Parts: sequence; structure tokens; C-alpha cells
Amino acid sequence: MAWFKNLQNTLKLNTEKKKGIPDGVWLKCKSCSEIIYRKELLKNSQVCPHCSYHFPLSADEWVDIMFDEGTFKEWDKHLQAADPLKFVDSEKYKDRLKRAQTKTGRADGVVTGSGQLNGHSVVIAIFDFGFMGGSLGSVSGEKILRAVEMAIEKRFPLIIISASGGARMQEGMFSLMQMAKTSAAIAKLGEHRLPYISILSNPTTGGVTASFASLGDINIAEPKALIALTGPRVIEKTIRETVPEGAQCAESLLKNGFIDKIVDRREMKKTISKLLEFFQE
Amino acid sequence: MLKENMLTSSGVMMNRELDMAGTATRIDSVTETKAGSKGKSKKNRPEFIDKHTAWEIVQLARNPYRPFTLDYINLIMTDFVELHGDRGFRDDGAIVGGFANFNGEPVVVLGHQRGKTTEEKLRRNFGMSYPEGYRKALRLMKLAEKFQKPVFTFIDTPGAFPGLEAEGRGSAEAIANNLKEMSRLKTPIISVIIGEGGSGGALAIGVADRILMLENAIYSVISPEGCAAILWNDESKAAEAAKRLKISAGNLLNMGIVDEIVPEPEGGAHIDYERTAANLKRAFINNLTELKELSPYLLVEQRYEKFRRIGEYLEE
Ligand SMILES: [Zn+2]
Repeated sequence: MAWFKNLQNTLKLNTEKKKGIPDGVWLKCKSCSEIIYRKELLKNSQVCPHCSYHFPLSADEWVDIMFDEGTFKEWDKHLQAADPLKFVDSEKYKDRLKRAQTKTGRADGVVTGSGQLNGHSVVIAIFDFGFMGGSLGSVSGEKILRAVEMAIEKRFPLIIISASGGARMQEGMFSLMQMAKTSAAIAKLGEHRLPYISILSNPTTGGVTASFASLGDINIAEPKALIALTGPRVIEKTIRETVPEGAQCAESLLKNGFIDKIVDRREMKKTISKLLEFFQE
Repeated sequence: MLKENMLTSSGVMMNRELDMAGTATRIDSVTETKAGSKGKSKKNRPEFIDKHTAWEIVQLARNPYRPFTLDYINLIMTDFVELHGDRGFRDDGAIVGGFANFNGEPVVVLGHQRGKTTEEKLRRNFGMSYPEGYRKALRLMKLAEKFQKPVFTFIDTPGAFPGLEAEGRGSAEAIANNLKEMSRLKTPIISVIIGEGGSGGALAIGVADRILMLENAIYSVISPEGCAAILWNDESKAAEAAKRLKISAGNLLNMGIVDEIVPEPEGGAHIDYERTAANLKRAFINNLTELKELSPYLLVEQRYEKFRRIGEYLEE
């Protein structure tokens, strides 16, 4: 794993890029086009102060937002993909992985661990959309399973923050089966009467939505997040049905009854903390 | 006997020269090895070699003359009583199910149903279920659990129906809930992929103690066409995608995703319905006999372990 450690060092220099913010002091909001002072955005949990657009967060940024300072401990950091299919498309899966690793400084796309959230001990799994679109493969499936089993062992509540385009096609059926693997773990957690809060951020689609992300005791979505099994582009392409603006956003899912609450990111920690108090044994 | 070491990515080509008998031996020996090692050391298992190219198998799996779920139910079970509806929204024709007698005992059976005539294809929505289809399936499985009957599921779908209405009624939630509930169902579940196992829509009725697969069926995380469109922006590369995705029964047995391959007559299942059904019936009986020896508790724990182990990753 020496190359990985080297990689991590070079990446520390690159934190700003890793956090998905363009260089420069100012940036333009993708949603309302207002100019925002970058420091202001950071203080605001990366939510546009003008229109409340939620900028995408990396896993590290979520850790900063959710956990009491210095309490988070990461697990299984070095698990990485094995390329069981030796998959090659326009480029090798191995090369894609390396690129994603260089970009994010992570071995794969899900961060797991535990820490204190307003004094509550919780186990968490966080998807990093920047790592191959947050796709669910063997590594993310295994890390989630281990996190759930650790939650059972420690009797801690579980939180999963999803941001994913779905199953990682480069791992073929191994990736599809991670849906069953993770859902089975969630079922087991439930039998142990431990709470699971699922946070669906933008976007949560495909196999992740069709497994653990929809299975929370409480399902919380971020405002305007795209949440779907089949996203609008694929629907339009496969069955040529026109998808109206916002038909698959968090607000529609709330109306249709699939999520409990839409929570502004700036209120997320407070809301989760309050919910955890209800669950306390 | 086996030329297991000869299998490489080009193994498919070499294998086309193998004869029918040779392949049948192959299936038996694979099953034996697997049973002997309880499936734990898949490294020592002989490789299974497909008889056709990936794209030929895709065509066979989708062949409109292939036996469908109701054909198998009628051929290997008796007294089928179809039960309808999800008790919530409607009866989804893309999934059929009910009670039946199998080998002298009552069972619950369900599966995706494709259509043979144009009218039936439309009524069955080409085997693409809406969420209420998955909910109907789960209702039947819960019924099986309550009255301690084994469950057989037949997988044969291009995928969950990718439409806005289906999305709005919660395709994702319905599939997720089935995965979760099936993983803890306290009664034996045996699934078989008989044609096309299309992604989440297939898995939604496929979290089983034993996953069988017909020799010329496919099971894939994404359709070869969808994969080709995403990766190369070119659907005509579907044949190439089919090969690389490793979606054939042989590949999936070697990968440890499926437990057993059910042989088809030469030319495919559609050539001889009775023979294919007889092969499937034999596999059902063998697997059910083994599963019935386990207590509900052990059964569920073994099922958990089975899925827990699936995945390939590197750890320092
Ligand atoms: Zn804005």
C-alpha cells in the first residue's frame, strides 16, 4: 500500500480541490448565479446564502458538519477495489480507480466510522459522490456491512448519508449483490432494535435508492435532491416519457410519502440529534 | 475430465467446440465440488465453461419462445391457484404468483411473467414490474412464512419498469423493502433465473437461500445495451458489453454469485420444454431437501452469511 500513502501525502496539498470548490476567493452559485464569498459559503455548510442551493459535499466535509470536533474515527480506510471482472471499457477500471483515488485522496468512495454527534455516539457511512459518482461496489458494500455490524456490537445508532449514481457497473453482478448484502445488514440491525437514519443527498439514484437508502427508520432528504431509481435522463431515453422539472426531487418524494422530512443542511445536525434523543434506550 | 486451467477470457471461444455430454459432466462435477466444499472455497472449484458466446446467450435468454414462469409452474407443479394483487393499489400482471403443489407438498410460487402474444406482452408489460408487483410478491412470501411453506421464485425480467408513474409509487422503496424482508424470511427460498435477470427488478425477488440459473439465462447489473450506451455512447457495442459484464451462468457460477446451473437441451430451453422443466424440477427437489433440514433460525443465518460473503476487495 506504499503507493497509497504517497498518494495521500500529495493529496493533502490539494484539499481545496478535494472539497469540490473552485479556486479563487469568489464563486458563482450554480442555482441563482449570485456571487458568493467562499469563506461565507464554508461557514454556511456549503449552502448558498442567497437561494439555499446545497452545494455537493465531500465525505470529509460531512464529517466536519456532523461530528463534535475531533471525535470521528474512521474505519477500514484501506479497503480497495479488486477489479474481479478485469473490466475495461473506454479505459481500464483500474485506471479509473486510480484517477478517483488521486482526485479524492481516498481508496474508495464510502467513508465509515464512528464519533459523537452532540454527545451521541453514532456509527456513520458517508458516500463521496466525487469518487466515481458514489457508485456502490464491493468495497462500499463491505464497508457498510462492517459498519452496521459494528453498530450492532456497540449498540450505536446508524446514519448513512447517500450520494450515488447507483451500482458500480465495472464490478458487474458483484455490485448488484451489494444491494442485497447491505439491505440484509440493515434488516439485522432492525432486529437488534437499533435506529437507522438515512440521509439522502443530491443525487441518490439507482441501486443505492433501491436498497439501504430507502430503508431508514427515518428517511431524511436534502432540499431539492434528486432521488430516484431511474433518473430523468434514462426515463426519457428508454421509454421516451417526458419528465417534468422536479418530478423526482425530494419535495415530490415527500409528497408521495417516501421520505419523512426534508431538512436544510444547516439544521441537519440539530435535527438528527433531536431524533436520536427519541430513540434513546 | 475438466480443462479448468484452460479458461481465460478467450475460454468462451474454445468452449464452443465442446460437446453436449462433456458439458453435462462439467455441470455435475461443478455441483459436486461445490456441495463438497459447502461453497466456501470457490478458488478450488473447477471453472465452468459456457457453451455459447455471451451475445448468443443473451439472444437465447431473451428468446420469445422460451418457457416462461407459468410454463414451468404448469410443468413441474400441480393445482396452481393464482393469487392477485398487492392489497394496496392494483394487481400487476408482470408478476404472477400463488399456491401450488410441488413434489407432493404445498408451496408458494411466484415470478416475473412475460407475454407470448402481443396482447399478453402488453398486459404483462414485457415482464417489467411496477412497485405493486414487488409488493404483491412480498405479500405472497410473507404468507409463505406465516404458514411455513417454502418459496420458489422465477426471475425473468428486463428490469423494473423505468417510468415516472412507477417511480412515483416507489419502485426503489418496493425493491429495497423486498431485499430487506427476503433476507430475514423464516422459510426456505429458492430462486431461479430462467431468462433475463435484469438488475434491481430481478434481485427484488432473488434474495434466496439457493440461486439457480438456467444454462442460457443471463443476470446483469445493467442491460448490455444500457452499459454500451453509458460507456461507449453506442448501443451497438452491446455484444462487447455482454461479454465484459460476465453475465452468463458459467461466469456467475465461477464468481460465486449463483449456486447451481440447470442444464438446457442443446439449442436452448425452447427446444424442449419438458426436458428443461424436468432438469429444473430435479434441482428444486435436491435443494429443497437440503434446506428443509435447517431450522428457521439457521436458515436465516446461513442466508445472511451467503450474501455477507459476496464481494471482491483488497485489504492490506
Ligand atoms: Zn444561490
